[in-house]
Amino acid sequence: MSPRFSRRDFTKFSLAASAAMLAGVRGAAAATPKGEPIRIGVLHSLSGTMAISETTLKDVILMLVELQNRKGGVLGRPLEAVVVDPASNWPLFAEKARQLLAVDKVASVFGCWTSVSRKSVLPVFEELNGILFYPVQYEGQECSRNVFYTGAAPNQQAIPAVDYLLSADGGGAKRFALIGTDYVYPRTTNQILQNYLKSKGIADADIMVNYTPFGQSDWQTIVSQLKAFGSAGKKTAVVSTINGDANVPFYKELGAQGISATDIPVMAFSVGEEELAGMDTKPLVGQLAAWNYFESIDSPANKSFIKEWHDYTKNPKRTTNDPMEASYIGFNLWVQAVEKVGSTDHDKVIDAMVGLKQANLTGGTAQVLPNHHITKPVYIGEIQDDGQFNVVWQTPKEVPGMAWSPYVPETKNLIGDWTRPVSCGNYDTVKKACLGAKHG
Amino acid sequence: MAEFAMSGPAALSGRKMRNGVRGIFAAVLLSLLFIQPHNARADEDVFAGLATTQFNTIASSVDQIAQQGGPRALPVLRALADRKLFATREGDGLFIRTDSGWEDARSGASATPDEETLRPVRVNNRVRLAVAAAEAELELVSGTPAERQASAMLFYQRHDPAMLPAIDKALSKTDDVTLKNTLQDARAAALLSPGAPVSDAQAQQQAVAKLKAAGGLDARGVLAQASTSEALDPATRKAAEAAVSSIDFKLKLWGFGQDAFYGLSLGSVLLLAAMGLAITFGVMGVINMAHGELMMIGAYTTWLTQKAVLSVAPALGSFSLVLAIPAAFLVCGALGIVIERGLIRFLYGRPLETLLATWGLSLILQQVIRSLFGPTNVAVTTPPWLSGSFHLGGIEVTIDRLAIMIFAVVVMAGLMLVLRRTPLGLEMRAVTQNRRMAALMGIRTARVDALTFGLGSGIAGLAGVAVSQIDNVSPNLGQSYIIDSFLVVVFGGVGNLWGTLAAAATLGVGGKALEPLVGAVSGKILLLVLVILYIQRHPRGMFPLRGRGVES
Repeated sequence: MSPRFSRRDFTKFSLAASAAMLAGVRGAAAATPKGEPIRIGVLHSLSGTMAISETTLKDVILMLVELQNRKGGVLGRPLEAVVVDPASNWPLFAEKARQLLAVDKVASVFGCWTSVSRKSVLPVFEELNGILFYPVQYEGQECSRNVFYTGAAPNQQAIPAVDYLLSADGGGAKRFALIGTDYVYPRTTNQILQNYLKSKGIADADIMVNYTPFGQSDWQTIVSQLKAFGSAGKKTAVVSTINGDANVPFYKELGAQGISATDIPVMAFSVGEEELAGMDTKPLVGQLAAWNYFESIDSPANKSFIKEWHDYTKNPKRTTNDPMEASYIGFNLWVQAVEKVGSTDHDKVIDAMVGLKQANLTGGTAQVLPNHHITKPVYIGEIQDDGQFNVVWQTPKEVPGMAWSPYVPETKNLIGDWTRPVSCGNYDTVKKACLGAKHG
Repeated sequence: MAEFAMSGPAALSGRKMRNGVRGIFAAVLLSLLFIQPHNARADEDVFAGLATTQFNTIASSVDQIAQQGGPRALPVLRALADRKLFATREGDGLFIRTDSGWEDARSGASATPDEETLRPVRVNNRVRLAVAAAEAELELVSGTPAERQASAMLFYQRHDPAMLPAIDKALSKTDDVTLKNTLQDARAAALLSPGAPVSDAQAQQQAVAKLKAAGGLDARGVLAQASTSEALDPATRKAAEAAVSSIDFKLKLWGFGQDAFYGLSLGSVLLLAAMGLAITFGVMGVINMAHGELMMIGAYTTWLTQKAVLSVAPALGSFSLVLAIPAAFLVCGALGIVIERGLIRFLYGRPLETLLATWGLSLILQQVIRSLFGPTNVAVTTPPWLSGSFHLGGIEVTIDRLAIMIFAVVVMAGLMLVLRRTPLGLEMRAVTQNRRMAALMGIRTARVDALTFGLGSGIAGLAGVAVSQIDNVSPNLGQSYIIDSFLVVVFGGVGNLWGTLAAAATLGVGGKALEPLVGAVSGKILLLVLVILYIQRHPRGMFPLRGRGVES
């Protein structure tokens, strides 16, 4: 155990520059690529509340850089990762992004986790014409020319998940509790879901919405409210957008009050393998999660990715998760685009991205769409007692990501299309007009 | 499904047909089994469905296994639920993984299948539900009294009309009053559920009355559904509606008790978190920002103890928590003494420097733990004897929370005893009330300071043990408790343990009373505003210390 952590935390503690040098030296040691290195930025929190999730993504990008350099780099030149630590501090994200783009002149940036951090860096990327690969599932309603959204949009996670709960296999739920942490992602997602459920004939009285503060640790009242809500004689399901640390006490309280997945299933959008690693999953067996990737999916690409990850981290127990796959897809798409245009010029790369295809880790293909989202398969997994997910349902083919939700009245006519002649992130298909510079 | 429609009795698996025929069918089969218990020809191979990959086929196969009964039904179903049932990738071979090897699912004979060709039988919630129902159906006939009661309870909660024949059969066979009562509730619930056989108005109203008497959320669910069901007599619907509002009223009254329990439970967590601080900050006057990290280390000690016990004596694993209590106290107490001797004693009388130094210390401790054990949560399991809940009237009491309440009271009483009845306590009080006088009396004040700080830190460790049962155990654990701890101590009155108790209970009950009214987010804000207003009027808290020593 200890070598892994001491090594990782050493990296975390060391300055951004030295981490970058470390990566550079590693690249040089393999030494086929030559010439001036191409720099890419890694903008993930390495300290603060989000470090628990984002540190892993930093490690993934460093691993991918190492693998790419071993394969000969990009355009024959080595890649060099510039790692900065925005420290879970949203304004600091914007400052660090500016530093990466203006001072370090990176060719692209891989970063952000929370929507608020993405909103914070968005003006910087648009002003300095940078490229950001955003690898986390999010609430949609955004389409910037400078961002590639490789995580799921709501129609690639939330909507199929609710469809599953409505289906016979999912229990045929007729009543829904939408429980979330109080910030932009749960609120937007729940607004979309409420409208969607109504369009499926679910009455207002059968939808309960509840928000809790970040880090909520006492769930007694809310779980008993759920229990009461579930006793109206209709099959009830919970859709959880609870974030981060608050999940463990929530599931523990469900267990303590004797609610099992067969009584009231909980469908989570933010609980992955990494979060389960800290939980005793026996009381959670059968609880659900919707993602575009699960570690347990049996495909050759996934197997070799997991093996590379274990080798890189020197820890055979490290889990893999959905945002890691999204980082993998984003990184490889960027490499493809650069190789295609033979340059790291931002405008050329952005234009070359649309239409590119990259095999994902679960046996399908991710294709970049004109709205800078990608196609993704959707999986529903049930938690097992070993902390892994067992896939019980999946979409027959990849679902194209939609930037704007058709279930929100203000955005139902909007599309994003960054190819000519439209070249607009919020094009109104009824008015046949671009609504202008504000895309988020 | 399609494969199944071909095969004999299974063709009846259409739900409606099955409901009607199921009882007779089961009875016939049972009688067949009694005559020829091992006649392979009489029992259709109902197990074959398990070897498919379709969830609905597996679920209906489970139903059929339950109907057919037989000696292999329960072992196979249990293996399925535990994910120990494997099917061959080709054909319909089924094997159960046992501790020593494999056995054939159909016969129970030990077997040596080629493991390469096996895959686990798929399970989802639908299959799990079918297995639970099937197990209940089988155990109701052949289980121990406790299993029968649990099965009857499950029948009640499921209220599936298809279970009616099984319920009637069990009713005719039992003399146990409790079991009979539960079964009658289950029967009433099933009669009112959709798909129940047509019954007369009188029977329906009896069922409504039975459920009304049973009360509780399960009865409410059935009645609420019955009050809108077209299949029932209009008078029944009306009675059901009345019963729902009667149950709702009772639930509302019990709800106050339930909120009080939640409040006291939250209060006891706050009390545990604040008690150590009440010593270090309240009694000694040290603004200890690393208090939360001492709790975090207590929680990690619990985790380590659990790991150690599991590796040395796995059988005692569920009692590791008992061992963790002294371990956490000693580890955190010793750490506290080191902190006091190494850092805090140089800073007495300089509150700002103490605040900064202990805050820095808290960051160091967090990072040390992060480097040693990783940034992610570690899993502290809740032992079986602390899991679950029981009903006290209409109040649901969760056992882990109850244990924490009792633990908080015991720690509080122990702390009081130490302070009031031991020489160490006397010295502590003497030193904090008048340091120079105490020194002149021959008390080694430096030693007392170290021990007092150690005591406060040890209690923080105990709080960590409790918190590990209900919250994340991660390097960030302390941060979420430090603010609440200071709030409780200041609100209660610095230096007064009874004040800490009163403040913890007030904040807990107040918070839980507000939460259902205005929601968790606004409830928390409102509570903080109220506390601020209170502190403005009463800067020394609810129970201020009085006397000459206070002003200095």
